[in-house]
Amino acid sequence: MALSQNEVLVGLAEIVNEETGIDVESVQMGKSFTNDLDIDSISMMTIVVNAEEKFGVKIPDEEVKNLLTVGDAVNFITSAQG
Amino acid sequence: MNQIKLSQYETTRYSRIYSLGAARGDLVVTNDDIAGPIDSSDEWIRQRTGIITRRRAGKDQSLMDMSVAAAKEAIAGAGIQPSEIGAVIFSTISHPFQTPSAATLLADLVGANPAPAFDISAACAGYCYGIAQADALVRSGVAKYVLVVGAEKLSDFLDPTDRSISFLLADGAGAAIVGPSDEPGISPTVWGSDGSHWESVSMTHSLLEFRDGESPWPTIKQDGQTVFRWAVWEMAKVAQQALDVAGVKAEDLTALVTHQANIRIIDEMVKQLKLPEHVAVARDIVNTGNTSAASVPLAMHQLLADGTVKSGGLALQIGFGAGLAFAAQVVVLP
Repeated sequence: MALSQNEVLVGLAEIVNEETGIDVESVQMGKSFTNDLDIDSISMMTIVVNAEEKFGVKIPDEEVKNLLTVGDAVNFITSAQG
Repeated sequence: MNQIKLSQYETTRYSRIYSLGAARGDLVVTNDDIAGPIDSSDEWIRQRTGIITRRRAGKDQSLMDMSVAAAKEAIAGAGIQPSEIGAVIFSTISHPFQTPSAATLLADLVGANPAPAFDISAACAGYCYGIAQADALVRSGVAKYVLVVGAEKLSDFLDPTDRSISFLLADGAGAAIVGPSDEPGISPTVWGSDGSHWESVSMTHSLLEFRDGESPWPTIKQDGQTVFRWAVWEMAKVAQQALDVAGVKAEDLTALVTHQANIRIIDEMVKQLKLPEHVAVARDIVNTGNTSAASVPLAMHQLLADGTVKSGGLALQIGFGAGLAFAAQVVVLP
C-alpha cells in the first residue's frame, strides 16, 4: 500500500531527526537539506539509505544530487513507490 | 614400468600473524595547516572525517624508508631471521616507479634477498589482500614465513585544492610476518572487487595525459557519496560474511580494525554490525589520517601498542577502497 505524500514526509522527518537531531517539525517540504537544515553529504547518504529501507524504494546515487529539498525527496519517494 | 613421481609442496594446516611493525610520516599536519586551499576549517574537517592530525612524510622521508622501518620491527617481533622469509608481498599505490617493484628493493634492504618479492595494487584493501595471499603461501607450503607490507606516501599524489579526498590522506607503512601455526590464526578471506565503480576512487588523469602535456600531475580523487554508501552498507555485509565463514559472532571479537577511511564510515559500520561495547574499535584515523594500504596494520599496531587490546584475541580486519576492491578476515591478534 503506497504511502501518501504526508505520510512519507512524516517518515522522512523521523529519519532526519535520528541522523542529525533536527526537530521533526523543522523538516518541511520547502526546506533545503544543505542550506536550511545544514545536512552534510555523508549524513545525506545515511538518510537516503535509511529511507530506501523504510519506504522500500531505490534511490540511485545519481538521483541523490537532484534531491535538493525535503520536497524533492518526498516527491521522489512517493512516485518511486509506484 | 617405473613412473616418475612428481614432488609437490608439503602443506601446513594453519597460519597466523606473528608480529606487526609500524612507521608513520614524521610530520604532524593539523587541519589548520591544510584548510586554506580547500576553503575549509578545523571544525569542518573534524566533523566530516574525525581527523585531528594526519601524519605525512617530508621530502627526505621516502616510501621505502617507512617500509624498511615497519618491516624491521615486524621481523624482530616475530623472532625470525630475515633470511628465513620465503616471500615478500608489498601493497602500495604510491611507489613512484612503474618498475621494478618496491618489494624486491625492500627484500634486499631488510636482508630477505633472494626471497620472491612482488607488489600488489589493491589500494585500501591491499594489506588484507596481502594477508590472504600470505596465508595461502604459508599453508600450501610455498613459504614458511611471509613478510606483508602495506605502505603509502599519498602526499606525493594529492592536490591540496581538492575537496573530495586530499584532506584525508596521509603517509605510513605497516608490516606483518605470517607463518605456520599449531592453531587457526587467519580465517578464510571474504574478498572481491567491483570494477563497475572503477572511477569512484581514481586518479584525475593518466600518466600518458601528463606526459603529453594535456593534464597536470595526476592526483587521487573520489566520488565521496558513492564511496560512502558502498563502504558502509556493502562492506558491513562483507564484514558479517567474514564473521560467518570464520564461525565467529560479533560478541566474540576483541577488536574491529577497519580501513581508516573516515570516522563516520567506521562509526556507521559499528552500528550496522551491532557491535557490543566491549569490542575495541580502531580509530587511528584521528591522529594518523587515511594511509590506504597501511591503515589496517597501523591501526591494529596502535591498539596493541597502547594496551587497548592484548595478543591472542580475535580481530575482524577489513580493507576497502579504489577498484572498488575489498577484503576481510578474522585474525588472532599477534
